[in-house]
Amino acid sequence: MSKNKKLFTTPLLKNNPITVQVLGICSCLAVTAQLKPAVVMALSVTVVVALSNFIISLMRNTIPPRIRIIVQLVVVSALVILVNQVLMAYVYDVSKQLSVYVGLIITNCIVMGRLEAFAMSHKPWESFLDGVGNGLGYGIILVILGFFRELFGSGTIWGYPVMEKLGMYKIGYENNGLVIMAPMALILVGVIIWIQRSKDKELCEK
Amino acid sequence: MEYFNIFIKSIFIDNMIFAFFLGMCSYLAVSKTVKTSLGLGVAVTFVLTITVPVNYLLNKYVLEPGALSWISDSLKGVDLSFLSLIMFIAVIAAITQIVEMVVEKFSPALYNSLGIFLPLIAVNCAVMGGSLFMQQRAYDNIGEVTCFALGSGIGWLLAIVGIAAIREKLRYSHIPPALKGVGITFIITGLMGLAFMSFMGIKL
Repeated sequence: MSKNKKLFTTPLLKNNPITVQVLGICSCLAVTAQLKPAVVMALSVTVVVALSNFIISLMRNTIPPRIRIIVQLVVVSALVILVNQVLMAYVYDVSKQLSVYVGLIITNCIVMGRLEAFAMSHKPWESFLDGVGNGLGYGIILVILGFFRELFGSGTIWGYPVMEKLGMYKIGYENNGLVIMAPMALILVGVIIWIQRSKDKELCEK
Repeated sequence: MEYFNIFIKSIFIDNMIFAFFLGMCSYLAVSKTVKTSLGLGVAVTFVLTITVPVNYLLNKYVLEPGALSWISDSLKGVDLSFLSLIMFIAVIAAITQIVEMVVEKFSPALYNSLGIFLPLIAVNCAVMGGSLFMQQRAYDNIGEVTCFALGSGIGWLLAIVGIAAIREKLRYSHIPPALKGVGITFIITGLMGLAFMSFMGIKL
């Protein structure tokens, strides 16, 4: 049991998909201008990684190694189509905001990376836990980014006007439009990596 | 003139990396030296220029709502657009495989220099993203689509060669140990993105 627990918790921080494995960066930067799409994206990716890990792990002994990439792609894209249809049905506005990035979960490196590195060589239940752990580890970074970018960029949290209620605008506070722009997301991820690595010296690169 | 505008726009203003963050994974992993990143950049441009027009035809004649009406009138109401994700990725995977085999047969020198990168491109989000943007932006004809694909590829190439050149120089500078490697690459990409943002006001 403790081994399974470890599978689940290491990707949250110690082996985080974004800051340590450096996988799945594209979507992490593009959808985090606000908190709500970031959370929806994190949940979608978690569902896709966990289920595709589980399914591929069930089939791992029957997939011929030469065509495994295309088999994996078919499984993943079927799952992504499902997720996309569910999003369009229940949260249409967020689905519009995420635009192409839902489709791009197919080529999200976290999904392919975990399939190749873990699911192809482990049992279904372990792979499922690994998938959930990695999805949540990705989610944590997304939520942090989304929170700060929305707070400083538009002065709101989940659409609630925090800065206005605190009366910050009256004393001369201005929203920082730069934080919503693309380049600032990259710099923020750089800063998160910096903070994490200075806490944990083992992760530093030579 | 329209073609030229789309071409320039997709290189500088809608740059795949700085404006949409597509293809970041290979961008970060392969940009250690200029030579290899040039190889990957050329391969991505090549595959984008082939796959996006093919996917455009697929979208126009098979997947769009009412696209099948050229077969018979009874198929006019068919809407297969929910299949577009799986069809696009299948086309991309197949074409990368074919390109790899063709290049291996006719130009072993090019194959050796691109070799390991070609199979990786099937899962590069820049290629998939190119097809999805093509579907979303509704270009008029195949010429515009080709210009868009070629421009996006060249934009990606410019970005990866630029960061590789900077990273080669960074090796000799004093960076805080916690920022070494990935951290500083993120921050520098951000700064390059700021520089590219200055193209944003240009109306073509």
